[in-house]
Amino acid sequence: MWLFLFTELILFGGMFIVYAVYRFVHQQEFHLAAQELNTTVGLINTIILLTSSMTAAMSITAMQKGNIRFAKGLIWVTILSAFAFMVNKFFEWSAKIHHGIYPGSPDLLSKPNGEILYFGLYYVMTGLHALHVIVGVVFFLFVLRHIAQGKVTPTAYVRLENSALYWHLVDLIWIFLFPLFYLIH
Amino acid sequence: MSEHQHAEAHVTEYGKYIFVWLALIAFTGITVTAAGIGLGNWTIVLALTIASAKSWFVLNYFMHLKHEDTVFKVFIAVALFTFVIFIGFTFWDYSF
Repeated sequence: MWLFLFTELILFGGMFIVYAVYRFVHQQEFHLAAQELNTTVGLINTIILLTSSMTAAMSITAMQKGNIRFAKGLIWVTILSAFAFMVNKFFEWSAKIHHGIYPGSPDLLSKPNGEILYFGLYYVMTGLHALHVIVGVVFFLFVLRHIAQGKVTPTAYVRLENSALYWHLVDLIWIFLFPLFYLIH
Repeated sequence: MSEHQHAEAHVTEYGKYIFVWLALIAFTGITVTAAGIGLGNWTIVLALTIASAKSWFVLNYFMHLKHEDTVFKVFIAVALFTFVIFIGFTFWDYSF
């Protein structure tokens, strides 16, 4: 699992490097473009993800202690948090698109290059991250199914552990995305 | 995920997770506040430092790296170190 997480580091790491270069070249425009983002929505999503990461980690403890009911409850909290995150993201993106800011839109193309790049990176990086959130939910749904089938038990919970690891990675990526996109003033 | 891990599985108590969560929330608060007071170019340095600190908590406690084998820690350290070099050299390249 960790090996897979390394490949994710390369995937997102590459994009962070692209971000770093463009931000350097277009400092002013990145600052301007970032004003369009809603820091409050970003902050709420940060808190949601941090909390869901905690419940995911706790579900392993519950499983180790043989408290399967509690473990399932915690996994459900994690899944619901992921949904809350996606709902926020949906409204955030909808608002942007409503204001005419989406890749290739006439409004966006009329802006300076730096702002086009900023929003391009914003959509690709947060979009890919959102895709990871969905995959994480699928993992946890499988784990719940496997718990019901008796394949994941207090003595054999590697699938739960790996799903949680994946989920923490999603959290880690967001820890960096949030300040880099929402907090440039 | 080493095979023998379950023989000596470490159980992290709920309380510890809550403590780590509180720390993460506090760090988030500091980042948002710091970004608001306008430290110029230092904002990004501070933001990345805090993000790294948060990552350290997530990796060690949520991802149980603290209780993994040393070889694991070395792997991750090498991967992250390489990445930091990439980012660092990129900044170096573009700031001079």
